[in-house]
Amino acid sequence: MYKYDQYDQAMVDTRVEEFRDQTRRRLEGKLTEAQFTPLRLKNGLYLQLHAYMLRVAIPYGTLDSRQMHALADIADTYDRGYGHFTTRQNIQYNWIKLEEAPDLLADLAKVEMHAIQTSGNCIRNISSDHFAGAAADELVDPRPYAELLRQWSSFHPEFNALPRKFKIAVIASETDRAAMRLHDIGINIVKNEAGELGAAFYVGGGMGRTPMIAPCINPFVPLDQLVTYAEACLRVYNRYGRRDNKYKARIKILVHELGAEEYTRQVEEEFAHLLGQGVEPPLAELERIRTYFEDPAFQDASNDTIDRSDPDFALWVDRNTVPHKREGYVSAVISLKPVGGIPGDATARQMHVMAELAKSYSFDELRVMHTQNIVLPHVRKATLYTLWQTLEAEGLGSPNLDMIEDIIACPGLDYCSLANARSIPVAQKIAERFASTGKTDALGQLKLKISGCINACGHHHAGHIGILGVDRKGVENYQLLLGGSEAEDVSLAKITGPGFDENGIVDAVETVTDVYTRERQDGERFLDTYRRIGMDPFKEALYG
Amino acid sequence: MRLLTGNDLKTGAVTWWTGTDWSIHVEDAADVTGHEDEIARREEASRRVNGPYAVDAELKDGVPRPSHIKERVRSLGPTVRPDLTLKPAEPDIGNWVI
Ligand code: SF4
Repeated sequence: MYKYDQYDQAMVDTRVEEFRDQTRRRLEGKLTEAQFTPLRLKNGLYLQLHAYMLRVAIPYGTLDSRQMHALADIADTYDRGYGHFTTRQNIQYNWIKLEEAPDLLADLAKVEMHAIQTSGNCIRNISSDHFAGAAADELVDPRPYAELLRQWSSFHPEFNALPRKFKIAVIASETDRAAMRLHDIGINIVKNEAGELGAAFYVGGGMGRTPMIAPCINPFVPLDQLVTYAEACLRVYNRYGRRDNKYKARIKILVHELGAEEYTRQVEEEFAHLLGQGVEPPLAELERIRTYFEDPAFQDASNDTIDRSDPDFALWVDRNTVPHKREGYVSAVISLKPVGGIPGDATARQMHVMAELAKSYSFDELRVMHTQNIVLPHVRKATLYTLWQTLEAEGLGSPNLDMIEDIIACPGLDYCSLANARSIPVAQKIAERFASTGKTDALGQLKLKISGCINACGHHHAGHIGILGVDRKGVENYQLLLGGSEAEDVSLAKITGPGFDENGIVDAVETVTDVYTRERQDGERFLDTYRRIGMDPFKEALYG
Repeated sequence: MRLLTGNDLKTGAVTWWTGTDWSIHVEDAADVTGHEDEIARREEASRRVNGPYAVDAELKDGVPRPSHIKERVRSLGPTVRPDLTLKPAEPDIGNWVI
């Protein structure tokens, strides 16, 4: 894991003290709310429906046990004993007091964490593959590149006031586990025919009001030009992105309006100019960063076996563990989606437990998934049963990875001031319906995603089944979407037709899954069947 | 009726104007029809509230009930955490919100 050097630590510590002073001045009335709001937002502090909400950055979703323990302590000390893991691999606290926020940030800084650039029109926390460094199918670990970009983008003076927020994801495998093409910039580390590593740049993707899939604008940028190319992409956006209309200000609109070809031409022109400006950090810096991401001391576990005699355990192994690059190891997914629970929420106690499990069984590492679960990336098969027993005892053992009960749901109207409708109760009802009817198993992989408004924090456009909460004259209403994917087979979901009320949407989800089970051919997932038969049979079943 | 609401500056807690002070309980809220702006300006200037604004409401069983669901969620707490709402002991309180 990356460790702060003296510059990182000094920057974060200085920022905490600066914010302490700003907060004091606000509380003393020397700053108005209008003056203070942009300052608190720069430190991730929002004012939400019930209280201040703090969004803490978890760089590319990677944590160690010390940090997870600290997040748990913060939940206990400053919040109400829990936190919410988000679709951007971050954590949010819902009940923060302004007067305590500087102390909280100081506690975070002690474990090399902060909430800087988790809000506002800047480059946000870089996200990545949650199985990075562990996945059997990855080319290289993408995190050194994500870390390099984190350092480049942190406090970047030129990109501190972009037309709109800016999100970057970095992956290094053909399987896309980070919704890479639904980011402002998606970077895939690839190999060319000569066997050299480079970066494929996808620019102009996103969800929200106008969902778009990022086109590839350059299939191979040499790694010693990675930062310069990213800088060129941002420069063109910063210069020409629309500032006159908030809803048209994201880079996806610029790329769309200019056309990918013209945008690329401008980027290449800027890139050629920048190449002579010494923007790129020396490769030695990348090498320095890379040393922090070397493999842990894996043991020879090739003879490890899994005793499957306990059927509940065997089911969890089948569903919640994924292949690892080292024989005898797996990555284990801790589900934060118990049936009837709140997707992504974890209590302080659960965070402490996960931290201890990471220490005992996963070389002290944890990852936050954009699907709001937690990964223990490197677990020996021989230790899985003991690990699972603890998870079970702590309500963390739901065997439902990528199944219909593993729902992504944004905080929605229960917490979010931008929401039109509640997301969480809908997620709870759907999970309860499928758990009680026993249909979950038969559906196999089915990704269901719910957002409480068009901002799409719940990734509804990318759900095999998506749900969007809307406000119909003050009453919650839910639109149903089908056919989205955030993975390498990326696609945007389409709306089925008129929306449903809270109970109606639960029935509607069951109806479309019934169409799937009736129509599917061997080996087809819901998404495959939808793509083969199209929307009509689903519409027919829903609306007659 | 119109209610004046905002957040406590220090804690962020949702508060309601009672006619003389701020309360976290919506049932204490006073009708401010016609005086919204004047009270909001004064109270914000004295930092007793952050970002005050007026909302529509009606009296239900003698208690002001905001007309929009968002304000009802604000006034009670998250519907999915009855243990954290202002009235955790009342099992049917969710019906008041919805
Ligand atoms: S999608 Fe909308 S309701 Fe949900 S968290 Fe984002 S802004 Fe809030």
